[in-house]
Amino acid sequence: MKRLGVNAAGLLVALFAVFPVFWMISTSLKPNREIFSATPRPVPLQPTLDHYREILTGNLIPGVTFADFFVNSVLVAGATVLISALIALLAATAVARFRFRFRTLFLIMLLVVQMIPLEALVIPLFLMIQRLGLYNTLPSLILTYIGFSLPFAIWMLRGFVAAVPKELEEAAAIDGASRAQIFRRILLPLVAPGLVATSIFSFITAWNELIFALTFINDQQRYTLPVAMTFFFGRDDTEWGLVMAASTLLTLPVMIFFVLVQRRMVSGLVAGAVKG
Amino acid sequence: MTTLTEATESAAARATPARRRRARVDRLPYLLLLPSLLVIGGLLLWPLGQVVAMSFYRLNNVRQVRGDRKWPWIGLGNYAEILADPFFRTVLRNTVLFAAANVTLTIILGTLVGLLLNRLGRRMATFVGSCVMLAWATPALTGAIVWKWLFDDTSGLVTWLFNALPDALSQTVFGRSDWTGYGWFNSPLLFFAILTLVVVWHSFPFIAVSVLAGLKSVPGELLEAARVDGAGRWRVFWSVTFPLLRPVFGILVVLSTIWDFKVFTQQFTLAGGTQDRPTFMLSIYSYATAFSPPPKYGLGAAIAVILTAILLVITGFYVRALIRQEDS
Repeated sequence: MKRLGVNAAGLLVALFAVFPVFWMISTSLKPNREIFSATPRPVPLQPTLDHYREILTGNLIPGVTFADFFVNSVLVAGATVLISALIALLAATAVARFRFRFRTLFLIMLLVVQMIPLEALVIPLFLMIQRLGLYNTLPSLILTYIGFSLPFAIWMLRGFVAAVPKELEEAAAIDGASRAQIFRRILLPLVAPGLVATSIFSFITAWNELIFALTFINDQQRYTLPVAMTFFFGRDDTEWGLVMAASTLLTLPVMIFFVLVQRRMVSGLVAGAVKG
Repeated sequence: MTTLTEATESAAARATPARRRRARVDRLPYLLLLPSLLVIGGLLLWPLGQVVAMSFYRLNNVRQVRGDRKWPWIGLGNYAEILADPFFRTVLRNTVLFAAANVTLTIILGTLVGLLLNRLGRRMATFVGSCVMLAWATPALTGAIVWKWLFDDTSGLVTWLFNALPDALSQTVFGRSDWTGYGWFNSPLLFFAILTLVVVWHSFPFIAVSVLAGLKSVPGELLEAARVDGAGRWRVFWSVTFPLLRPVFGILVVLSTIWDFKVFTQQFTLAGGTQDRPTFMLSIYSYATAFSPPPKYGLGAAIAVILTAILLVITGFYVRALIRQEDS
C-alpha cells in the first residue's frame, strides 16, 4: 500500500516534468486542424511531418531559411567548443599537475567569476564588440561564449586531469619521453572522455544563449537559432505547429548531449559539497 | 596532498637535471594558464570593471560607445536618478519577491523529489529520474515557449482544461466560465505565477539530483540507528539527514538565489519582449534601459551594477561556505 503511494507520487512527478516536452513534440507532429481543434488529443491522430518540411525548406524571413540559422548556430557552438576545450585543457593541466604560487588564488578566482551575472555584462561587452569592429558578426558571439564557458570547463577538466595516475607520466619520463610527448601520448588519450564531457557543456552554453545573440547580431542572415525563434514566434497569430517543430529541432541536440554529461554537471556545480 | 606532490617532484628531479627542471617547473604552469587568464581577464573581469566605469557617465548614443565621442562624466548621477525613480522600487520588489518565492518553491519541490527518488525502487527511480532530467535538459527558451503555448488563450491546453470545468463550479470559484480569449499574461500577478511555474519546472531537477547525490552519501547505519531508537520519518530527516546535508543545502540555496535573481530568457519569452514594464525585474530592466530606444547605456550599466552588487553579497556567502567545507 505504501509502495503504491510512493510509486504514484513518482509517476506524478514524471508526468509534470515530461509533459511540456511531450506536448511540444506531439504538437509539432499534428496537422493544423488538430492543433486548433476544440478537443485537444494527447497524440496526433494523423501524424504529419509537414511543419518540419515547412520549417526546413520554407523562407521564414524572405531570403533566409531555417537551415541558415541552424548552420549559424552550429558554427558558433562548434568554434566555441574547440577553442574553449583547448584553452581549458592547458589550464586544467597546470592546475592539476603543478604546484605554483597563485594556484589557490586562481582556483578561487575560477569560482568567483562563475558567479558574475552574465546579464550584467551585456552593456560593456556590447561596447567592446563595437570597438573591435565585430558588431553583427558571428565571431562576436564565439568570443563571448568562450569567456562564459571557460571557467566551468577548467573547473570540470581539472578533476579529469587529476584522475590520470601520475605514475604513468613518471614512467614515460624515465623512459626518456619529452614533456610534449607525455602530454600528447599519455595525458591526452586518458583525458579524452573528460574533454568530450566538457565540450558538451560548452556546446550547450553556446547553443542555448539568447541575450547576447539578440544584442550583437542585427542581420537576419546571421541570426542564431534562439534569436530566430523569438523573431518569428513573437508575431501575432502564432503558428504553433511551426513554432513547436522549430523548438523540437532546437531542443533535441541539447537533450541528447545533456543526458550524456548530466552526472558531471552535478558534481561540478556542488564540487566538494559531499564528502566520502 | 603535499607529500604526494613532493614525491612526484623528486621523481621528476631524478629524471632531468636539476637546473633545467627548476627553470621549467617555474615557468610552464604560468604559460599554460596564460590563454585562460587572457580570456577570463578580457571577457569577464575587464567588462565587469567597465560596467562600473560606464555607470558614472551619461552614455545615450551608440557613437559614444564606439569611442567616437567624448563621455560626459556625471558621477553618481545615474544612481541618483534610479534611486529617485519610484519605478525602480517596483522593479526591486518584483525581483526580490520573485527570487524568494522561486528559491523556496524550487528547494522544497527539489528536496521532496530527491527524497522520493531515494525511496523508489531501482527501475521506477531510473524512469522518474530520466523524466526529470528531460525538464532540466530543455533549453530555457524552448521550455518557456512550450509553456506559453500551453497557456495560449484560444487553443492552449490550460485554457481548454479550465473550459472543461463544470460551468457552475468555474463561475463560483473564478467568477467566469468561458476562458477562451482569457489573457493569462495580462495581470502582473498571474504573469509572475506562470513565470514561477516555468522557472520552478526548469530548475527543480538540479536540486532533486543534487539532494539525491547527498542522500546516497549518508551512512545507512545512522538512519538505521535513528529508526531503531524510534524516530519517525519526519524526525529522521530533520535530526539526521538534514544536518548532514546542511552544506549541500547551503550551496543549493545560494546557487538558486543567484539564478533566480537574474532570470531573463523565460521572462523575455513569456512577455514577448521588453515592453511589459509592470513585470520588469532587475536584469530585464537593465537591458531594456540600455538597448530600447532611446538607448541609455550609462543608466542601464548602473542598474547592472546594482544587480551585481546584490549577487556579490550572496556569492560571498557561497565562497565562505565552500572554504569552510574544505577546512572541515
